[in-house]
Amino acid sequence: MKRDIILAGVGGQGILSIAATIGMAALGSGLHLKQAEVHGMSQRGGDVSSNLRIADHEIASDLIPFGQADLIISVEPMESLRYLPLLSDSGWLITNTKPYINISNYPSMDALMKEIDSFEKHIALNADDIAKDLGTARSANMVILGAATPFLEIPHDKIADAIRQIFTRKGAEVVKLNIDAFEAGYQFAISHMN
Amino acid sequence: MQKLMLLGDEAIAQGAIDAGMSGIYAYPGTPSTEITEFIIHSKEAQIRHIRSGWSANEKTAMESALGMSYAGKRAMVCMKHVGLNVAADAFVNSAITGANGGLIIVSADDPSMHSSQNEQDSRFYGKFAMIPILEPSNQQEAYDMVFYGFDLSEKLGLPVLMRITTRLAHSRSGVQRLASREQNGVKLPKNPRQFILLPANARRQYKSLLQKQDAMEEAGLNSGFNSYFDGPDKSMGIITSGIGYNYLMENYPDRIVPFPIVKIGQYPLPHSMISQIYNDCNELLILEEGAPVIEEMLKGFLNLGKKVKGRLDNTIPRDGELNPNIVAVALGKVDTRGKEIPSVVVNRPPSLCKGCPHIYSYNALNQALDTWSKGRVFSDIGCYTLGALDPFDAINTCVDMGASITMAKGAADAGLLPAVAVIGDSTFTHSGITGLIDCVNDHSSITIMILDNATTAMTGGQTSAAFGKIEDICKGVGVHEDHIIVLNPSPKNHEENMAILKKELEYKGVSVIIPRRECIQTAMRTLKESKKQKVGEPVN
Repeated sequence: MKRDIILAGVGGQGILSIAATIGMAALGSGLHLKQAEVHGMSQRGGDVSSNLRIADHEIASDLIPFGQADLIISVEPMESLRYLPLLSDSGWLITNTKPYINISNYPSMDALMKEIDSFEKHIALNADDIAKDLGTARSANMVILGAATPFLEIPHDKIADAIRQIFTRKGAEVVKLNIDAFEAGYQFAISHMN
Repeated sequence: MQKLMLLGDEAIAQGAIDAGMSGIYAYPGTPSTEITEFIIHSKEAQIRHIRSGWSANEKTAMESALGMSYAGKRAMVCMKHVGLNVAADAFVNSAITGANGGLIIVSADDPSMHSSQNEQDSRFYGKFAMIPILEPSNQQEAYDMVFYGFDLSEKLGLPVLMRITTRLAHSRSGVQRLASREQNGVKLPKNPRQFILLPANARRQYKSLLQKQDAMEEAGLNSGFNSYFDGPDKSMGIITSGIGYNYLMENYPDRIVPFPIVKIGQYPLPHSMISQIYNDCNELLILEEGAPVIEEMLKGFLNLGKKVKGRLDNTIPRDGELNPNIVAVALGKVDTRGKEIPSVVVNRPPSLCKGCPHIYSYNALNQALDTWSKGRVFSDIGCYTLGALDPFDAINTCVDMGASITMAKGAADAGLLPAVAVIGDSTFTHSGITGLIDCVNDHSSITIMILDNATTAMTGGQTSAAFGKIEDICKGVGVHEDHIIVLNPSPKNHEENMAILKKELEYKGVSVIIPRRECIQTAMRTLKESKKQKVGEPVN
């Protein structure tokens, strides 16, 4: 078993919190893990990505080969498309549809959504709106993580456990809100997978 | 003990704590910063009273580490590759003095220039100084090599260079810790003249360094970090170093490579292994991250003998970092690639944060320079280098730490008046002060803006050596008080700031303007932390 995952977003959007949660769940399942992060200049509002590799055997490269990623998980719609050369033919694209606009030539949403919708294997959801409706606007990343969970080959409950572990310091209420956000994303993906 | 999930940088830091290091010295620089940060924040390091913190620059850090080694304790100094240029004088001469307590210099290279101005390969420096180099291929090796590196340093009486690259520094994987060991006590060098590089002593020390070269190579044959793996297909042999080995193995999912392999993790190169693979195979493929260091050594100037493939014959691109696909192509395997990036996707370059004080400094400067021709703003290394991009288009140079002030001086000397230097507070104390002294001594007509956001922002907000001292430093080196002016860079002060800048641009002498407001990132972090503390307070 192996899952090669590209996490995508804009510097400051916190894609590493998704990586940390999946990583904790993977370790809890006795899997091997490598995770390449981006630090430095591009963290200042530029495009950022992280290579997360999970396998039941030793992993060689820290970088995922082009054309071999199983999943792109993006917290921003345009950024989800930037890493297509890395995605395999059978790979899934999971993306937030809420744009992060910090450049003057950001493309039109229609054009972006047309590209995303042209993918047979994709889940696109407005994680920010879903999180806001649940009263936890800051948990959009957990909605995205939930939407990606059916494709991770790590059991749903293991991911939920990792979320509890990570947020437990912040109290029961914060844990509950993040689990709610996670579940909402998970249900969305389950009902949109086909 | 359960494995820890550590960045390559953090593995080195944990290794140093466990291996009985007494002090770490560094100046922040991507991708090396997290080594020192890890130790600064480590409770274990505090309990063990390990000295940690940021130095004014890489040279002062290198010298402090050398001093700790002189006193008999184990020391580490960390920097990014270009930082080794700054530390080079101390670094090269430390090979002549040798070490007393174990001394490791970590230099983190940045091939593909993710966050740097060049992709120089630190192995050249190690070879130049003629000291051992360690080049880990993964996080576990990075950890283990710190133990070994301190031992090797103490055994040979030489500093050891550890060279890592971005993808190891900033990638996380499981690391198994070793039993930790005690620090050294203070113990002076046996030879009281070892560290006195007067010519007569230096000649003796240099001979001693030359004599140690064979022992250095011998060590690399026995450490386990250089290995020979035989293979049945002798049509090609592969020499890999550092993380190049991982990209090779990635191309063989069952991890069985048909070709003989020499895996290099320690230099000088092991002659016996290299000769064996050269004699056994028809041709060689060299997979190394960074410059063609091994490849050039094997090919030599005349390129006689068997075919050696690598970066020099374009089997692998001459610049940029390796990846599994580049190695696949070099092995004659089928390349894989997904769909191309749709044309609707546009570039998203990094930019100054919303509310960043630099925005208002540049807005005021741009307007103040309105009446002059373009091309007279010399800048430096930091977040403010982003002033080169739209919408500011405010600066014309970025070369090396501190170059803003001295390049502006040279241009002013050439008659480009007014000439402006833009430098950050931390960069100013790193390498700007000496340039300012030149300007004062020469009565140069330049306007220097020291953008003071009270931190080393680009690398994540480390302490700035300049904090609370800038005016005193400027006064101390002889800038006239009337021309040391502090501004608050904010939209409401725009007109006033612009007018002050305009006036100082006309001044025929050294003028220092200090736009001062805390970095928006550190300010928000402080706010968050204070809120957290309030929440934690008892209700009554």
